[in-house]
Amino acid sequence: MHDLYRTQRAMRAMRRAAMQRGVIAILDVGTSKIACLILQFAGADRPGADDGIGSMAGQGAFRIIGASTTRSRGMRFGEIDAMRETERAIRTAVQAAQKIAQTRVDHVIATISGGSPRSYGLAGEIDLGGRHVRDGDIAAVMAACDMPEIGEGREVLHAQPVNFALDHRTGLSDPQGQFGNTLACDMHLLTVNGTALSNLLHCIKRCDLEVAGLASSAYLSGISSLVEDEQELGAACIDMGGGATGVSVFMKRHMIYADSVRLGGDHVTSDISKGLKIPLDRAERLKTLHGGVIATSIDDREMIALGGDSGDWERDRRKVSRAELIGIMRPRVEEILDEVRARLDAAGFDHLPSKQIVLTGGASQIPGLDSLALRILGPQVRIGRPLRVAGLPEKAAGGAFASAVGLCLFAAHPQDEWWDFEIPADRYPVRSLRRAVKWFKENW
Amino acid sequence: MRPLNRPAVRRDPAPSRLAYRLHRLALTPSVRRGFTVGLPLAVATLILTLALADADRRQALGARVAAWKLAIAQREEFMVRQIAFRGGSDATTAAIRERLNVDLPASSFDLDLAAMREAVTSIDAVREAELSILSGGTLQIAVEERIPALVWRGPEGLVLLDAEGHPTGALQRRRDRADLPLVAGDGAPEAVPEALAIIAAAHPLADRVRGLLRVGARRWDLVLDRGQRVMLPETRPVAALEEAIAIHEAQDLLSRDVLRVDMRTPSRPTIRMAEASARTMRQIRLGELGGD
Repeated sequence: MHDLYRTQRAMRAMRRAAMQRGVIAILDVGTSKIACLILQFAGADRPGADDGIGSMAGQGAFRIIGASTTRSRGMRFGEIDAMRETERAIRTAVQAAQKIAQTRVDHVIATISGGSPRSYGLAGEIDLGGRHVRDGDIAAVMAACDMPEIGEGREVLHAQPVNFALDHRTGLSDPQGQFGNTLACDMHLLTVNGTALSNLLHCIKRCDLEVAGLASSAYLSGISSLVEDEQELGAACIDMGGGATGVSVFMKRHMIYADSVRLGGDHVTSDISKGLKIPLDRAERLKTLHGGVIATSIDDREMIALGGDSGDWERDRRKVSRAELIGIMRPRVEEILDEVRARLDAAGFDHLPSKQIVLTGGASQIPGLDSLALRILGPQVRIGRPLRVAGLPEKAAGGAFASAVGLCLFAAHPQDEWWDFEIPADRYPVRSLRRAVKWFKENW
Repeated sequence: MRPLNRPAVRRDPAPSRLAYRLHRLALTPSVRRGFTVGLPLAVATLILTLALADADRRQALGARVAAWKLAIAQREEFMVRQIAFRGGSDATTAAIRERLNVDLPASSFDLDLAAMREAVTSIDAVREAELSILSGGTLQIAVEERIPALVWRGPEGLVLLDAEGHPTGALQRRRDRADLPLVAGDGAPEAVPEALAIIAAAHPLADRVRGLLRVGARRWDLVLDRGQRVMLPETRPVAALEEAIAIHEAQDLLSRDVLRVDMRTPSRPTIRMAEASARTMRQIRLGELGGD
């Protein structure tokens, strides 16, 4: 546990150093694509930097100066499957982004979408004895949370305090300086598979880059795609990626639950490939150009040429109706949404005051997905796009880049995590001071 | 039937590890700067050093540069062919010509006007000089001469002095400048303004004044004809002289057989008479007293 504390703190220090230098890279290693964005942080010479309020709520503090996307290789379910291949793909993306930005980046903030994330809610409580809450008390109450059994080989990715309660008042976002008897805290702990994490770290390290931060992709999609009142009132963000679908639930501006379904757009593609007996790249093309999930009567008449260059003329001349294509895609999409529904039910999403669901990610661009999701997930569903940030190219502004944009926001304004607070010292300095005073008293 | 134009191997778009590292190195700011600024500078320095390492080449280059400079300096536009004088007598002009000793025609780049002006003003007769090169190849020297006000009989003969006591030239014979008053004695040039004031004050005696004599480099004697002298004090000599002249006008003092009028103590003028007159005076006084 202390080991993790140290590595996370080291990453924070590195992130701060990178921001000082002004350039940091964002690396979204996904199953279908790898995106690399290079952020340039404006220095103190930005106009109005000293008034404490940045333009666009602090997002004006950075600008994207290089962006590149490449097809992902060697990834499955958001985890690294063939490390050499993934490393090559990362190198491609990073080099292209560096070339556009005309600068070298050494620090990178990465996201992990797979690794079967698991959420835990922790609670801790300390006795204050009627005095006001000091800085150290926050760290102490977080240290008082009892660690659950997270399992062998799992690593803590996020440990965010989501709520503080002072005596009978709850829902405090910052209890510092307030008086009370007992301080309680709720903490959201997100763990991922340690092997998946260390594979990713190793892969990035092999590209001569330093990791300055790590975040879960479900969390990042949430902070970029949910609008402020959705984050405040309670909403779920469903990031439908290529190999995994991330689910994150937000409430009072904090993530309170995250999970991932190991199904995604790549499965739809492979279904089409198997069903129509065409190569995967043809299937991907059919899916993006003609795909859908709601069939109408005109779709029976719209014939799609399958194409191909297998050498067999009869085989390459086949045609399917769009309804057939939809008939292949729809069950898989329904399955994904059903899985998501099951995860949300398990998390108790029904008890939230507002049951808004936002679909984002590359697979959310399937036409008709919103009306299908309406039937499965509930009445309040919308398709979300990530926030616009300065300098983001138009081709990287779609739902597929939700977690990349979320990473930008995370890099600029990371949420307080457990390791941002000083580890509570075991009263050691006080005791040694007392011992020194005693020694003085005895000798003089 | 398989199409023949399908490429056998798909090219890997990923950069190799080496290419990736080199690209990152090239984007490092210090390396970039070294490449864009440092390397060209180093190459240029190297080429220059290698080229100039050969003494013959250095000499040839120096000669060529000198030739270029000469070609520009010798252009017709920069040549000075004549000297025009403005102000100044013929004697001064001749003296300046002799002192400057410039070989004309010369390039205006070779003429050091400041040094030439220094040389011209070092001539005694020149008070102020202004040198300029005019278009058309003329060196113009505008001279303001010193106007001699006195003749000083010094240890090296007759010298002309201007109103400030600065020598303006030697004089062969006193006759040549009979219009100027004569002064003599050590330290006379230092007190020229005072001498001029005394001479101006002595204008009632103008026809009798022979000159002024500086005594002990501190005070003046006004020398008149018939060996008469008016001895003036160190301070306020003009007032003392005016007093003596007043006495002369009232009592015809200087027309008498007086050798010295001593005004050194202005409140008590004293006279010394010629010996014969003094004896005659004494006889008259004795006769009046009825003594002897």
